Amino acid sequence: MDDAAIQALDGFLQRVPYVRFLGMRVELAGDELTAVLPFADHLVGNPTIPALHGGVIGAFMEMTALAQLSLSQPSGRAPKTIDINIEYLRSAGPRDTFARVVVRKLGRRVANVQVEAWQESRAKPVAGLTGHFLLRTERQA
Amino acid sequence: MAESYDNAPLAARMTMFVPHAAALGMTLVAIGGGKGTMSVDWREEFVGDPDTGVIASGVVTALVDHTCGLAINSAFDLPAPIATLDLRIDYLRPAAPRAGVTCEAYGYKITRSIGFVRAEAWDFDRADLIATAQATFMLNPRG
Repeated sequence: MDDAAIQALDGFLQRVPYVRFLGMRVELAGDELTAVLPFADHLVGNPTIPALHGGVIGAFMEMTALAQLSLSQPSGRAPKTIDINIEYLRSAGPRDTFARVVVRKLGRRVANVQVEAWQESRAKPVAGLTGHFLLRTERQA
Repeated sequence: MAESYDNAPLAARMTMFVPHAAALGMTLVAIGGGKGTMSVDWREEFVGDPDTGVIASGVVTALVDHTCGLAINSAFDLPAPIATLDLRIDYLRPAAPRAGVTCEAYGYKITRSIGFVRAEAWDFDRADLIATAQATFMLNPRG
């Protein structure tokens, strides 16, 4: 992991107001990024179960994908989401949520990315996301 | 909390009793017959691109998910427990800088166990969309 990549990631996390609104952060082990979404009351979607809002889980996985791509593309501008497909597997309870990314293809202009989110056990994911992201280099901008 | 949620009118249930909907300031615009419309106003804390002030796509994701749930609920007299199975969103273009987002969702096929919903989102002009979406819901997931 070079410094430029980590700086790009820090910049992404600290400069994006919506990341702070969700309250998410990331942990790095080498080049492996794990995003953490600490439980907070304002993230609840169903107060009777209670469960996190499905939109929150989707947004968290999407922001995790963008964070991972900012590591892979330290010199570029923030990628833009083209499309996402979210699969909800289990209800996400009032606990911390984690997510990891697999960049399946990093092309010149488009990246194909898979994200998985879990809570108590990585073997029991609460949701998955597949998405395409438009990569923007300074030259194109 | 649980009881007030179940007994409240649909409009209140979908906005003030859902903490995340309240946190985003979601407003119910219209509802009825398997169709629902909701909106979120622009706020500094929702920005996804600090260079332009454009709202984060994550906010659109949450709004679309919620409005799709509203559309399903509008087809029933009583609150229907539902669970999202999948949600696909195409981001056609970014919203305009400092613009809020409105989403309309329509349950085009609702069976006893599954609801199929389409949704569209725009910033200013209903004819100039920022996103289209398709979602599938399980109805009465615990039943």
